[in-house]
Amino acid sequence: MLLTGAEIVIRCLQEEKVEFVFGYPGGSVLYIYDELFKQDKFKHVLVRHEQAAVHAADAYSRSSQKVGVCLVTSGPGVTNAVTGIATAYMDSIPLVVITGQVPTAYIGQDAFQECDTVGITRPCVKHNFLVKDVKDLATTIKKAFYLAKTGRPGPVLVDIPKDVTNHKCEFDYPKNIVMRSYNPVIKGHSGQIKKAMQLLLDAKRPMVYAGGGVILSDAAETLTKLVKKLGFPITNTLMGLGGYPGTDQQFVGMLGMHGTVEANMAMQHCDVLLAIGARFDDRVIGNPAHFNEESRKIIHIDIDPSSISKRVKVDVPIVGNVPDVLEDMLKLIEVAEARSDAKALAAWWLQIKEWRAKNCLKYKQNSNVIMPQYVIEKLYEVTGGDAFITSDVGQHQLWAAQYYKFDKPRRWINSGGLGTMGFGLPAAMGTRFANPDATVACVTGEASIQMCIQELSTCKQYRLPIKIINLNNRYLGMVRQWQEMFHGNRYAESYINALPDFVKLAEAYGHVGMQITQPGDVEPALRRAFTEHRNDLVFLDFITDQTANVFPMVAAGKGLSQMILAEDL
Amino acid sequence: MRHIISILLENEAGALSRVSGLFSARAFNIESLTVAPTEDASLSRMTIVSVGSDDVIEQITKQLNKLIEVVKVVDLSEAPHIERELMLVKVRAIGKDREEMKRVADIFRGRIIDVTESTYVVELTGNTSKLDAFIEAIDRTLILEAVRTGVCGIGRGDRILRV
Repeated sequence: MLLTGAEIVIRCLQEEKVEFVFGYPGGSVLYIYDELFKQDKFKHVLVRHEQAAVHAADAYSRSSQKVGVCLVTSGPGVTNAVTGIATAYMDSIPLVVITGQVPTAYIGQDAFQECDTVGITRPCVKHNFLVKDVKDLATTIKKAFYLAKTGRPGPVLVDIPKDVTNHKCEFDYPKNIVMRSYNPVIKGHSGQIKKAMQLLLDAKRPMVYAGGGVILSDAAETLTKLVKKLGFPITNTLMGLGGYPGTDQQFVGMLGMHGTVEANMAMQHCDVLLAIGARFDDRVIGNPAHFNEESRKIIHIDIDPSSISKRVKVDVPIVGNVPDVLEDMLKLIEVAEARSDAKALAAWWLQIKEWRAKNCLKYKQNSNVIMPQYVIEKLYEVTGGDAFITSDVGQHQLWAAQYYKFDKPRRWINSGGLGTMGFGLPAAMGTRFANPDATVACVTGEASIQMCIQELSTCKQYRLPIKIINLNNRYLGMVRQWQEMFHGNRYAESYINALPDFVKLAEAYGHVGMQITQPGDVEPALRRAFTEHRNDLVFLDFITDQTANVFPMVAAGKGLSQMILAEDL
Repeated sequence: MRHIISILLENEAGALSRVSGLFSARAFNIESLTVAPTEDASLSRMTIVSVGSDDVIEQITKQLNKLIEVVKVVDLSEAPHIERELMLVKVRAIGKDREEMKRVADIFRGRIIDVTESTYVVELTGNTSKLDAFIEAIDRTLILEAVRTGVCGIGRGDRILRV
């Protein structure tokens, strides 16, 4: 039977067992929306801005391991989506983005709502396609899903001109895809793995550094088993939180620009470093020259060869899928005759405990003003540490990462790579769609939340009982912090003036709003939000201390061990 | 160090811009880039000359391999290879310069492939330094126009780049 291109798109999504498509209709995707209207195998979520469609699909994927799908129209639909696509690309999130395009005959004519979608998105997708013939449509969509979720995951875009969605051909969905130019390595090289195990067992001051790759590849359980077996200290990157239980004794906290003293010092002074699904980026190791001043052997496991030896030279590279490589390592440990040097390890732990004793995350409590860190600590208590936490970008993001201890993977959803303000609320929506019974909170600030505030309307339409934790300090907090520390207290444009009344705003959208100004009211308000208002979206506007800064801090360009602590100031 | 990187890639629309976009996005250097379909019409072969430290060249090859349409990447300069470039130079050829130009072209094994009363077009192939040397050898003021293809290269002996 002949199907139209639009019918084929719908059938492909059904074949892929898609549950939700996040999108926004427009001229070039009308045929697709018409077919979408006629089916009920998957649901469409209507957002209020295309950026939010991509963030929601992205968080749907982050919180569930499934591929996120979005559908937007040509021209401005695409350009609005670009921020979302770039966000997903930087954090390697598998997405399939379907975009409408003007009819093939109009391409290049500066038609209404035309843009060079493939050209604009090329640098921020894993791959993209322009489908010029309806006969190629099904295979292209199959390829898009295959590329998005295999190897190092990422967003894949399929641009479909309007006439293609109306042309007809036979529908035949390919069972599998073979591409001669794309064969990701899964299995790690056994010789390299042996070498790595030898190094690890010989280590005097070992350290494990695990990133977002552990979450993406569902390796948290295997990693935990391996690290427990080895008895080594472990740190997670901002993207890797939850990849190892945050409350475990062997966990030394997050590392990097706002990492703990124990994590950063252990990272700097270890003699063997096992890096897993991480990429030594500038926010993690600071200045690479300073990092290289200490000699250490580095083992690096990553599915993407280009992540290895990019910023830091690696001694034992292992290209492969993280859980497969870790399983192989576990098997080797079982049969290994050598055991790690218990005496050296005990001394190393003693040193780490000394660093830990600095208690670098302590902050001055205040009886009159709400400290932002305190809100996160209470949020952790009230939700039993078991909520899905999405965040925007800035100080609140780092406080959430520091003070909410994630024991499970996929619970911490933030834009780590691109650092996209406006991510938090749509991400909470996507998370809730993927986990319909879960507690979902969005930790944000009064600046970030306003970048996608329109989604409060989407939340109303779909009755999403998200809890918005707004740490309102009337400043672009992280900008203000840098201006205070590095720009002589000149607060250029970082004060947020003319703020809306968030309580009224929430109410105007049909939600519950609360403003909390006293430290004593923090916990009761949270409890009310999470019990009494369990089924409501609650906007909790916490008026917090304006001067609080995120510590420890490694200034840009400095070395990992050159931290500024709260007590230094 | 100067490297010659050979790439086999799917002969599809947009493949070239993926490669050139990668170089500009990651601030890699391109001295020259040539591309054309191979004997198998589904594949293109590209040759890029780039200058960079070993670390940079390693990143370039890794990043190229990461592009979905790239089938194979080889750094030709890692082993014995041959490189060639074609140049067409239009020169003024009047009076005593006409004779001189012919002589220099002969020395460089160039061929004169177009003649008018006042100009020659000289065709020259060789490696980059030979072409540079020709430009140096003739009177610069006589050059009216010069066009070069950029380098293409191939491994010597048993070194073969194919699917």
